[in-house]
Amino acid sequence: MTPLTWTCPLPGGGSAEEYALTFDRGRSLRLLIVPALFDEANRLRRFTVEVMRRLDGAGIDCFLPDLPGTNESLQPLEIQEPQDWRDAMAAAARRFEATHVLGLRGGCLLTPKPLPALHYAPAKASAILRQMLRARTLAAREAGREETRESLMELALAQGIELAGYRLGPEFIRLFDGMAPPSGALTIAQDTLGGSGLWLRAEPGESAVQADALAAAIIVPLS
Amino acid sequence: MSDDTDLLLRKILTDVLGLKAGQADDFTEDTGLFGHLPELDSMAVAGLLTELEDRLDIVIDDDEIDGEMLESYGGLLAFARAKREEA
Repeated sequence: MTPLTWTCPLPGGGSAEEYALTFDRGRSLRLLIVPALFDEANRLRRFTVEVMRRLDGAGIDCFLPDLPGTNESLQPLEIQEPQDWRDAMAAAARRFEATHVLGLRGGCLLTPKPLPALHYAPAKASAILRQMLRARTLAAREAGREETRESLMELALAQGIELAGYRLGPEFIRLFDGMAPPSGALTIAQDTLGGSGLWLRAEPGESAVQADALAAAIIVPLS
Repeated sequence: MSDDTDLLLRKILTDVLGLKAGQADDFTEDTGLFGHLPELDSMAVAGLLTELEDRLDIVIDDDEIDGEMLESYGGLLAFARAKREEA
């Protein structure tokens, strides 16, 4: 596994270096992996890398780039818009000469065309947003403040909002809310993996059984 | 009338808390949840409620969520049962 940087286009022109975890042995099958989003990215990080190790063992090169503004990225998150993330993933696909793309959960929203795509347990953008808003109202209530989803959404669309530690701009919220995964992907459903989704866990967990199952579900259609 | 709400709720808690199979069998009405289990923070509770909606086919409004229903297993179970009846 090699961490390296790749050149990512900036929204206003120019470029910046972003980080990616890679297994690259110059093989013909090259899979770009678009990570899960926000909180789920952290909970699925180890699982994602465990799946990558298995793909590497099966002869598939794989690449896990950061989305600008997340993980190791030095870009500000609050100026990102969904299309910037799509453009970033398309640039990563070119840089790593990907032949296929795998989206994980919310990452399925961002899999660049025209690469053949696999979608693992795709999540709707509205559901992701709704859950983060709900977490914020729960935390506010614990702190003795009353916030409602409607008033928070109003605030979010006017001036942006911090949800689960992520500072999102108003344009991001407006455009993200209606997003659905692109059509034509091969969907890998969670119930085929022999366990419940690790993104549900309150604490990041791992499952060798599920990592084996997801890797197998990727290897078969690619080979 | 058969009621699988109890079973489904234990399964959801098993998934969210990463419990081993059977561990959730020990939950009683008084088992503490939000505010008692450190890993059950607001993000985890939000996830739990979303799973509850999906798996029980119910919709939970923000103003229905109160401290009492989240505080104990019994409170959450009673809430889930009531929601399913009205659904």
